[in-house]
Amino acid sequence: MIDKKAERVSGPSAGRRQLLQGGVAGALALAFPAIVRSQSDKIKIGHLTPLTGFLGALGEYAVMGIKIATEEINKAGGVMGRQLDVMTEDSVNPATASTKAQRMLDQDGATVLMGEINSASAKTIMQVAARNKRLFLQVGARSDVLRGADCNRYTFHVDIPVTVMVNAAGQALLRDGLVKGKRYFSLTADYLFGHDLAKGVKNFFTANGGSQIGDELIATDVTDFSPYLLKIRQARPDVVASNLAGNQVTNFVKQYAEFGLSYPIAGFNLNTADAWAAGDGNLAGIWPTVWHHELDTPGSKAFVAEFRRRYGKPPENHAWIEYVSLKIMAQAMNATKSTDTEKLIAYFESQAEFDILKARKGYFRSWDHQLMQEAYPFTVKPKGQAKDKWDFLQFGTAIPAPNQPLELIATTKEQNTCKM
Amino acid sequence: MQVFFLLEQVVNGLVLGGYYLLIALGLSLIFSVGGVVNLAHGAFYALGAYISLEIAKVLGFGAGAALSPIAVALLGMLFERFLLRRFYAADPILSLLVTFGLALIVEQAIRMIWGAAPLPASMPAGLKGPVILGEFMFSRYRLLLLAVVAVVLAGIWFLIHRTSFGRVVRAGIQRPDMVAALGIRLQPYMTTIVMLGVGMAALGGALFAPITVVHPAMGAEIIIVAFVVVVIGGLGSFWGVVLAAFLVGVVRGVTIHFVPAAGEASMYVLMFLVLMFRPRGLLGERIEKFE
Repeated sequence: MIDKKAERVSGPSAGRRQLLQGGVAGALALAFPAIVRSQSDKIKIGHLTPLTGFLGALGEYAVMGIKIATEEINKAGGVMGRQLDVMTEDSVNPATASTKAQRMLDQDGATVLMGEINSASAKTIMQVAARNKRLFLQVGARSDVLRGADCNRYTFHVDIPVTVMVNAAGQALLRDGLVKGKRYFSLTADYLFGHDLAKGVKNFFTANGGSQIGDELIATDVTDFSPYLLKIRQARPDVVASNLAGNQVTNFVKQYAEFGLSYPIAGFNLNTADAWAAGDGNLAGIWPTVWHHELDTPGSKAFVAEFRRRYGKPPENHAWIEYVSLKIMAQAMNATKSTDTEKLIAYFESQAEFDILKARKGYFRSWDHQLMQEAYPFTVKPKGQAKDKWDFLQFGTAIPAPNQPLELIATTKEQNTCKM
Repeated sequence: MQVFFLLEQVVNGLVLGGYYLLIALGLSLIFSVGGVVNLAHGAFYALGAYISLEIAKVLGFGAGAALSPIAVALLGMLFERFLLRRFYAADPILSLLVTFGLALIVEQAIRMIWGAAPLPASMPAGLKGPVILGEFMFSRYRLLLLAVVAVVLAGIWFLIHRTSFGRVVRAGIQRPDMVAALGIRLQPYMTTIVMLGVGMAALGGALFAPITVVHPAMGAEIIIVAFVVVVIGGLGSFWGVVLAAFLVGVVRGVTIHFVPAAGEASMYVLMFLVLMFRPRGLLGERIEKFE
């Protein structure tokens, strides 16, 4: 990632270099006025996502997804006749994310902000959006708090939050009799998202007659889970709940298989990339997902085919969500014929529907700005049934059922403390 | 029962210590002989994992684990010959910067070649599962890993303490000037030490690939632990590093047993305590050139 600001002030001859750059730019402006004007006509979108660290692998898919959407939109004539310019940078950590977001608005000419996977970074970008009264389409962070106590009217959330993931996996767990009267032991990622997830899981088990007998907080950079696996065996639970995130999930399932523990796994957060990275025969349990490349809708099939053509592998859920998020943003801009923050907010709050390549369309709930959409539980295919290395997840049916309202699996107004 | 649970964590910590040792011993050897802190050591560990997966695709898991360290050792030879060699006599800050830069370059190169998404890696199904001894549970795979570490350790010990090669290396650690005065060039010895060191790191990467996430930054994750082990063990001491590796593994396990939240901080507290009472590390020798 090139940090333009740092580059500009570096070096002893910065003054002279700036002068030269300015001179060249000026000369170019005189020589090619048309090019310069079309450059400034672009709609600039500030896009931040983790490209390094424990969520970096997901960020790579996010960038692949938004690239396809950008090219498709621009090829079809752009938005209101203007090309989209998505400026992607590594958000690194919460502090850097907020600094970069502010710079994108102040200096880089970003009209709106998009992106994120890390809940803690999403939170700081949300603050930047509110302070500057600019729109932030929060794409991939899943903490409930972002849509609850920390919500603000400048931020809209695309991914399914903790509550929906718990409900999606929870329905399958109830069906298999793994909740009522069962004692569970959980491992929890030790940061904002993990704590949030642990709370949701605890509420779910308590509400359905299960009980917690242990919960370990795991630092995000832990790679060896063996001491925790021993503690699980010592506690002899009925179910092991995974409230982990990113690489943690992969490390956990690999070592769980290595030690051959037999307690069923109730997983509440898993991205397809983490599942793929687990390797043959290592993944087990019941997990939720927001989207999967085997989803049988015409839109998803077309997207998967295009993604495979370009990158030679199926898209991960973060590729899908970035793809549909940019399409959502483009639809809003086209419909309002504007990039104005207030007009875009009004459009989203009108609960306009968006095609998100699922069987049912999604819409942003007006009072807490979360996208209402289907979610899916999945299990792992029995050994020998996978067609290739991408295909070992047994994809479940969408919840809620087609005849139920989408809001059924989201937080209720009583549960959600969001006040705009 | 509580005592038994604790004992189980201690034994598991020892197993984990064996794995730390594989990475830390090479780091310690390179530092002791060349006076260079090789911050790129983790990068060789990561390369070991990635290359083993490539080999395993064609020749299977065992061949991957056996051949990848050799391939990485050859890379290590180039690294020593063309880069590291220039910095033995220089200000330590230069070698720190160079090896740190190399670590970043390798990490990014891995990202460019294999992608940022972690690669799937599995062990042969026969190695999976627990071994139950009385009330104790071990991972079969980790016991195998420990056996490999023991063999490697014995080999290195023999090489350093019972061969003419080792005599020169040990003399070179203490008095490189005297070795030179006797007409012995230390450079080929140093090349061999670097090859052995990074080869061991690569073996660690290859053996740990099936049970951890294989991703570009995996080297950065391990280098800190390895460094802590070397500091606790003390420079120039073979047994110091061995002791420290097992100690760090056990202290982490025991801490997680009692205060899980402090598990990852425990090794730094241990390092702090050791350095307070023994500034040269547990079994660190007085090495004149570093004083």
